[in-house]
Amino acid sequence: MAVLELEDVSVTYRSAEGAVPAVRGVSLSVDAGRSLGLAGESGSGKTSVTSTVLRLLPKSATVTGRVLLEGEDVLTMKWGRLRAVRWATASVVFQGAMHALNPVQRVGHQIAEPIRLHEKSVSEPTARKRVGELLEQVGLPSRVAQSYPHQLSGGQKQRVMIAMALACGPKLIVADEPTTALDVMVQQQVLGVLADRVQDLGLAMVFISHDLSVLASACDDLAVMYAGQVVEQGPSDQVFDDAHHPYSRALGGAYPRIGDLRFRYAPSGLPGDPPFPGEAPSGCAFHPRCPQAREVCATTDVELRPSGERRWSSCLFAPEVGT
Amino acid sequence: MTESVLEARGIEVTFRGRGGRPARAVDGVDLSLGRGEIVALVGESGCGKTTLSRTLLGLERPSGGEVLVSGRPLEYSAAALKKHRRSAQLVLQDPTGALNPRRSVYEAVAEGLRVHRFDGDERAAVADALARAGLRPPERFFLRYPHELSGGQRQRVVIAGALVLQPQVIIADEPVSSLDASVRGEILALLLSLRESLGLSLLVVTHDLGVAWNIADRIAVMYLGRIVEQGPTEEVLSAPKHPYTRALLSVVPEIDHVEPIVLTGEPPDPTAIPTGCRFHPRCPALRDGAADAVATDCRGKELPVLSGTGGHEAACWLTGA
Repeated sequence: MAVLELEDVSVTYRSAEGAVPAVRGVSLSVDAGRSLGLAGESGSGKTSVTSTVLRLLPKSATVTGRVLLEGEDVLTMKWGRLRAVRWATASVVFQGAMHALNPVQRVGHQIAEPIRLHEKSVSEPTARKRVGELLEQVGLPSRVAQSYPHQLSGGQKQRVMIAMALACGPKLIVADEPTTALDVMVQQQVLGVLADRVQDLGLAMVFISHDLSVLASACDDLAVMYAGQVVEQGPSDQVFDDAHHPYSRALGGAYPRIGDLRFRYAPSGLPGDPPFPGEAPSGCAFHPRCPQAREVCATTDVELRPSGERRWSSCLFAPEVGT
Repeated sequence: MTESVLEARGIEVTFRGRGGRPARAVDGVDLSLGRGEIVALVGESGCGKTTLSRTLLGLERPSGGEVLVSGRPLEYSAAALKKHRRSAQLVLQDPTGALNPRRSVYEAVAEGLRVHRFDGDERAAVADALARAGLRPPERFFLRYPHELSGGQRQRVVIAGALVLQPQVIIADEPVSSLDASVRGEILALLLSLRESLGLSLLVVTHDLGVAWNIADRIAVMYLGRIVEQGPTEEVLSAPKHPYTRALLSVVPEIDHVEPIVLTGEPPDPTAIPTGCRFHPRCPALRDGAADAVATDCRGKELPVLSGTGGHEAACWLTGA
């Protein structure tokens, strides 16, 4: 069963220059024990999409569509219910979240905070015991609970944040660029911790990154966003190695396969910049930067269509699948 | 091997560490950068790569060894340093942090010229640098402010600010790690083209082996203050000798993947560098018995400093010989 289901979700920000549509009709779903990678550049709307899950958007944002968390629409929840759902059903690990740790409190105390808030009856020794278990789940010795944030490395702090996100036994974890500021070795450790949790606890995970290679190695499925829309979706390895959309192909190509001589002295980029939200070009929003664009791309509205077994692409020239 | 424009010879940099113990951030490094050469200096946070690059720029004074500029020892008088910092420019990771939000692109690029009392045509020099950095037509960018630019354009402005003084060497510290995927390739292509058109030498400091594979002629892998493996990029990354390099390569996220070798143990601490091979407490080869024959050396015998110039070499008792 889908833990999270987004149905035709749009997010529009009000600004001095008028309405800015940041997300335009996104539908996604994630099952228990599965991980979905959400890829895209700055401004593609990936963080706006996932912020709808716990209604973390600012007041200037209007959200339409349906965001179903275990079948219950988050957008229409009463405030009290929403508070109960945050942490206990779904939790978020933000990019650079480790900087959000309170520098003058021991990390064990901070991990226990959501437990104390959500389970008022929990005794102090029980909370402490759970903190120790949580730390071990993310590969840290339980004595780390006694440490202050400055005594920990970046990777350790990020794992503390993951432990905190797991504290109330959520069904869904949203990880927004959880490894971007970390070294490759530490990144691998953190990715391993997240993947293990998804598998062992049957969690659903949404993982956001601009690095398609990280997503492909960490997630079961990928959704690639451009200008507020999903332009391709499918199993990770297939989207990474054999994209059905020129934009996903460009994102995948930006990270060289080490050892493959085609990438030596040939960094591959994508000329131009993504459109500002609200200034998406007509037709396929990607057409001005697309190396394969033809005239029809500028005039034809595109939407996600099946392009293979469990695959979808919005490119007009993606493989056709008979219906 | 072409003549070297910038060279580290036996460089040591020691800081006062926590609790008064000296931290040997750079602990004996030989590394040379030839004219028109692109060298990648690779390693994890805290390995000393940034300290080494700051020492090469003359921003940090080594406690041992010397920096050679075109074969001559760098002097630490104010005038000599100023001259050196003109010919060796630094490009930092985060272009948003590197640019003053209240200064226009023109002012940002012209600043270096003013610091160095440039007496030529400032406007022409700024326009030329912007154009070389791929911001064309340059005049259109003169009066823009950083917030009006995309991440990639900002990094181009920072690079233009380095180019405007016509340096011989650019040291780029993680030049693409804060940039979006599509922009990353563009900036790397720009760095390659600057080598072609201007004969620039480039030291790219990064933790990203993909960047090295994309643009570097040579790669030097640094661990806890020392270079542990270096050589031509293709040789080092296709057939790594040092267990540390192998571990780094194994965790590069790609699909058809070798089993990742995740290093465990305490993160390396420059105030307590292990005896023998400094990597031995975390070495997978030593742990799984592959290095049994040389284990005593690994634990107790100091390794020589790598020459840092030409062929493929590794500082490892097991594989380096």
